[in-house]
Amino acid sequence: MNIIKFLDEFTTERLQEPVSSRRAMLGQLGSITKKAAMVAVPFGLAATSTKVHAQESGDVPAIFNLALTLEYLEAEFYMKALDSGVLSNNARARAIYEQISQHEDAHVEFLKAALGSAAVDKPTFDFTAGGNFDPFMESAGTSMDTAYTQLLILAQAFEDTGVRAYKGQAANLIGQGGLLTAALQIHSVEARHASEIRRLRGLEGWITGDTRGAGMPEVTQAVYNGEDNISQGGVDVTSLGSGSPFSFESATQAYDEPMTGETATTIASLFIQS
Amino acid sequence: MKKKKAIEVKTQTVGRNRRNFLKVSGLALAGSGLLLASCDNDDDGGYMMPDGTFDLGSGDVGVLNYAYALEQLEAAFYTNVVNGSFYASASSEEKAILEALYNHEVNHREWFKAAIGANVPNESMRLTSDLEFDFSSVDFSSRDSVLGTAQVLEDTGVSAYNGAGIYIQTPLYLTLAGKIVSVEARHAAAIRSIIAGEADYKAFAGDDVVDSNGLDLARTPAEVIDLAGGFFVTPFTYKSPMA
Repeated sequence: MNIIKFLDEFTTERLQEPVSSRRAMLGQLGSITKKAAMVAVPFGLAATSTKVHAQESGDVPAIFNLALTLEYLEAEFYMKALDSGVLSNNARARAIYEQISQHEDAHVEFLKAALGSAAVDKPTFDFTAGGNFDPFMESAGTSMDTAYTQLLILAQAFEDTGVRAYKGQAANLIGQGGLLTAALQIHSVEARHASEIRRLRGLEGWITGDTRGAGMPEVTQAVYNGEDNISQGGVDVTSLGSGSPFSFESATQAYDEPMTGETATTIASLFIQS
Repeated sequence: MKKKKAIEVKTQTVGRNRRNFLKVSGLALAGSGLLLASCDNDDDGGYMMPDGTFDLGSGDVGVLNYAYALEQLEAAFYTNVVNGSFYASASSEEKAILEALYNHEVNHREWFKAAIGANVPNESMRLTSDLEFDFSSVDFSSRDSVLGTAQVLEDTGVSAYNGAGIYIQTPLYLTLAGKIVSVEARHAAAIRSIIAGEADYKAFAGDDVVDSNGLDLARTPAEVIDLAGGFFVTPFTYKSPMA
């Protein structure tokens, strides 16, 4: 399946409509995606105007194709990061990227095997997001330090997005047995990655409120919006007791928030050329 | 009939294979509406067996009780660490991490208490909030012992939630478990990272916890109890599988 066609299906409520109607959406979404990449609008603001659409429970191919799209993105990102030479002076960063790269490659293979012929094709990525980043130091004017900084910023954004995206689909996999378990097993690996990348950047491994953290540019804020939630299953988790465990900071750190498939797709789309 | 297994509790030998365990009927749960919509009617709530051993139950309630037991364990451990002023050599970074973990786990523990209290109407079906623990195997003055125990608890917690997900029937509970398990994974990575230091920069998601498919560990309740059961003094039993 073509990536744009897939993204269209995932980000609209048109799944139930005739194919001809869905085809009509393709051009529209394609242009939105390109525009988003070119002007580097903040993550999340490039959403289509369609209502947020929770993927239908049990639509395993759509759920796993969203996951595969994010894994393609991460896998190529880490591979190019390691090939770029930007990490050559930092043994710790290089080792961390190697380990994460190995996992993201494995996730791609695992999801492709699970999806079989239903797997979406790998998109063409643009990690400059239309010329706004240069994480691989591809332009002559980019210094190693700048590229390194951007390499870490993007990794944090991708990993924290991955955690939220998998979490957002978990409930749609109820009743799917081993597929649910596998999704949960990938989800917690993404969280391990997120924690380590954050710590590599000098942050804590967990997210406080909806703060994106020092050094993260405004365009990444959509990754963190909603993380300030303190209502868990209808209970205010700042009111469960007194003392430091119930401060706003602790109470928001203690729970990661899910992200809709639409938001995750929108964020990924900023880095998808075609 | 579901196979029942018993937790190893110090010198106490509870359960073994209780082929004639008490089958409590009519314990279908009505959602209180305060927290979550409803529990599945096929659930068995937890219940106290005649010998004083608590059965965690199955389905949503079973997983809630199970997770509550693990969160009580983690919270009790970090409470000891923090109240003991950490180990002598603790760096400021290590103290900050352990304090954060204490804060998070106590919050999780109290959330489960509230969730179970609101959704399991019969108190006799709820796991006690006063589980007793035995930390005599931990040397709280030793960095290796404290951080090593933290790593076991966090990695085990991640694998427990990953393995129990399939027993959850209510979407909101599964999402909530997801909100918590990723924070446990963030903890595990941080603890593993500070233990390994420069010796192994890949330890945060080492090959001992992430397999060749890039999948984290997922353990059955039996496997989790094998790893963490030694800390529990209060006896309880569980079904395996917990469905």
